[in-house]
Amino acid sequence: MKDILLPVAHVFALVIMVFSGTMLAPLVLSIWGLDRALSAFVLSALITFLIGALLWLATRRFKRELKTRDGLMLVALTWVALPAVAGLPLWGSLPINFTDAYFEAASGLTTTGGTVLSGLDFLPRSVNLWRHLLSWIGGMGIIVLAVAILPLLGVGGMQIYRAEMPGPMKDSKLTPRIGQTAKLLWAVYGGLTLACIVCLRFAGMDWFDAVCAGFSALSLGGFSNYDANIGHFNSVPIELVLMGFEILAALNFATHFLAWSQRGPRAYLRDSEAKAILAVLFVSCIGIAGFLVFKGTYADFGTALRYASFNVISIATTSGLHNQDYALWPTFAPMWMIFLSCIVASSGSTGGGIKMIRTLILSKQANRELNQLVHPNLVRPLKVGGLVIANRVVFAVLAFVFLYFMSVATLIFVQLASGLDFLTALSAIVACINNAGPGLGLVGPGGNYGVLNDFQTWVCAAAMLLGRLEVFTLLVLFTPTLWRK
Amino acid sequence: MKIIILGAGQVGRTAAYHLSREEANDVTVIDSNEDCLRDLQDRLDIRTVTGNAASPRVLEAAGIGNTDILVALTNSDEVNMLACQVAWTLYRTPKKIARVRSSDFTGRERLFGEGGVAVDVWISPEQLVTEYVARLIRYPGALQVLDFADGRVRLVGIRARQGGPLVGEALRTLREHIPNIDTRVAAIYRAGKSIKPEGATVIADGDEIFFLAARKDIRAVMREMRREEAPVRRVVIAGGGNIGLRLASELEGKNQVKLIERDNKRARRIAEKLSSTTVLHGDAADEELLLEENIDSADVFAALTNSEEANILSAMLAKRLGAHKVMALINKPSYAELIESGSIDIAISPQTVTIGSLLAHVRHGDVVRVHSLRRGAAEALEVVVHGEADNSRVIGRRIEEIALPEGTTLGAVVRGDEVMIAHHDVTVQPDDHLILFLTDRRHLEAVEKLFQGSASFL
Repeated sequence: MKDILLPVAHVFALVIMVFSGTMLAPLVLSIWGLDRALSAFVLSALITFLIGALLWLATRRFKRELKTRDGLMLVALTWVALPAVAGLPLWGSLPINFTDAYFEAASGLTTTGGTVLSGLDFLPRSVNLWRHLLSWIGGMGIIVLAVAILPLLGVGGMQIYRAEMPGPMKDSKLTPRIGQTAKLLWAVYGGLTLACIVCLRFAGMDWFDAVCAGFSALSLGGFSNYDANIGHFNSVPIELVLMGFEILAALNFATHFLAWSQRGPRAYLRDSEAKAILAVLFVSCIGIAGFLVFKGTYADFGTALRYASFNVISIATTSGLHNQDYALWPTFAPMWMIFLSCIVASSGSTGGGIKMIRTLILSKQANRELNQLVHPNLVRPLKVGGLVIANRVVFAVLAFVFLYFMSVATLIFVQLASGLDFLTALSAIVACINNAGPGLGLVGPGGNYGVLNDFQTWVCAAAMLLGRLEVFTLLVLFTPTLWRK
Repeated sequence: MKIIILGAGQVGRTAAYHLSREEANDVTVIDSNEDCLRDLQDRLDIRTVTGNAASPRVLEAAGIGNTDILVALTNSDEVNMLACQVAWTLYRTPKKIARVRSSDFTGRERLFGEGGVAVDVWISPEQLVTEYVARLIRYPGALQVLDFADGRVRLVGIRARQGGPLVGEALRTLREHIPNIDTRVAAIYRAGKSIKPEGATVIADGDEIFFLAARKDIRAVMREMRREEAPVRRVVIAGGGNIGLRLASELEGKNQVKLIERDNKRARRIAEKLSSTTVLHGDAADEELLLEENIDSADVFAALTNSEEANILSAMLAKRLGAHKVMALINKPSYAELIESGSIDIAISPQTVTIGSLLAHVRHGDVVRVHSLRRGAAEALEVVVHGEADNSRVIGRRIEEIALPEGTTLGAVVRGDEVMIAHHDVTVQPDDHLILFLTDRRHLEAVEKLFQGSASFL
């Protein structure tokens, strides 16, 4: 076990050291504003760097090229351990315990966006920036970032890239070199974020809010600087900008890159996931708006469409920003939104859930089985967007969906056993595993995760990590073969 | 450099491995076998595309538009040639290298000339391997014999054995032993580790020595390292495939050749093509057959079938039955390592032989020949120096003044037809060919940089 863990720990130490560098941004803001979080940031950055440096020195002897299993372990280890150090500044500067700090940091890094904090409007700016920055880094992936900037990962880079990137088919690279691919993805991500921030500024936010909301939108996080979330601004232009960029973030970043390099929208038209996502969102927005008018929640269709589309798109793309307490809507609407959060986001996006590609593959597979009943000798390859999907992929998707639903069911039962009511337990687990953010009931948009006890908070944190790492990467840690020589 | 490799077979894989580990190369491999590609991508930092190698759509998916070099290494000559033609006609790919095995194609010079098939360089692994084996047979005792400057200079790998006058002596005494002959020991490997060859280095029994010498001097130098072996007369070849057949036809004039082929029809066809070779139909691992054909008096037994396991076994058997020296064609590098310490004298790795000639075309401008050694850990290069004394770090300088990276030996300078062993006082002139030996190929970039004329001065 020592031989397996220590070489991984050596690379992990590097990741931690790089990560400590990201604490400098809120630190600078804290110095500038001289707020009460300054000492917490200084200490946290130092502690994080020291942990990394000491671990690096201690495991230097075990340096070697990473293998497939090391990649899995590195990613799982990073995601489980990073929220602990990322939560240090929150723990040090806010009146919360370590559990809540870990949850908040995990919620940021996994781009869930559910919070345990209230009174967000009065938090030091540096703390708010840190929360949003965590979302933003976690969005494209801390490991993908490490692959982009640490050339030493070499071939092992591909293994860990695959363990972190969402989606069932991860063998396609944008460029032959994995480091280059990671750099490009981050460039597209950064570019879109910058565009979003500028648009938000012109839509009426101040620069600080625009940066935070931009981070939140592109990473499909869901944190906000205000308790009322985006409802605080009550501005249609801001909502339009955010909706637009949330949809972009829910599409495959590889498609964005292709469209950009071809200077045209052809890539989107070829991306069957993108088309399905847009169709589902369009129908859902119109449908929910009509439903809300029909039920009398809103008097006119225009207002209903405004609130329905913003909240539906936000929850469906697993961002979790909101401008209304949609939990007060008739149950069908919020339940439909939570259901959408399971399936809408694209592979290779910053969103969570099962991903649209898997939904498409499984629906085609179901269709194939039905046809097979009628024509027992039927030969029909499974195609998505004109490309044949190998059976191997279909099996992997089936296994994934099974594990996903079993995880959801198990965690819901755990929450029920711990004393939560059904609606809260269900919505909290589904919202966490999809990295969507707010649930319903106690943890709805009107409330927050602060009401959960420590045990329940840990369970939710586990759900977030499971969802972000697409179950397999985390569960593989519990397979005995991984630990055998 | 952006490189597309067609075909993920033995040669394709080796090429992908060697090319992708050079930081500057972006490698994409195309093959129709998806499983094979997935396996490859797990181990190398490359991109893979599944599909027909000659199809424009597949080539486009691999990014042929801005590719610098296309290397077509599929099993089919026709696919390779067509792929190069497609790449040139549709995408103007600057450099196209194709593996063409059939001498039917390679024998017609005009086919690849002006207005012909758009192949810039063709390589035939079978031909290269045949030449390689033939050279080994010509120099009994050598582990490797590699050509530079069109064969004027050769790099020879040899294992020092008790009985050679130099064994047990310091390297500097070599000059006293053979005063009229100029040679340069480029590298010494002892127990698998490289040691720096210096005047005071004492040669031990079992050392693997690489030396450079003009062609005519090779035998004399080899005599210093181990007792001279009698020239080869009787050769037994197992396997009448492409390589076996070529080798037999090359050797049959000078040697007494027997060729064993398992397939009756194939044996008949070979017999029709060859003149004085004794073609036998049978299994090369059949003890009776080998004994009947006097394997115990064979000077060389070369197992060259397609199956490396069969090669290993029949070579071991031949050795036990008394063949003087046995060679086996082995694809897997790990096997090669395994058996060279055992009863098989020489493991011939077709990839290592082929990859060198490929690397030479991919490297920056002035590298004209590359030989990959010791399974890719070391490398021997032939570089042409271009430029003027004022913009080069090499020209106009004496060899002792050139700052070579660690582990690099400058072995010889070839000027026109003249071969000069690189002594410290030789001055490098423009258009000289320098032969370099790198014990650690990680310093390759530094070496390449050294020979690039610094354009900033112009």
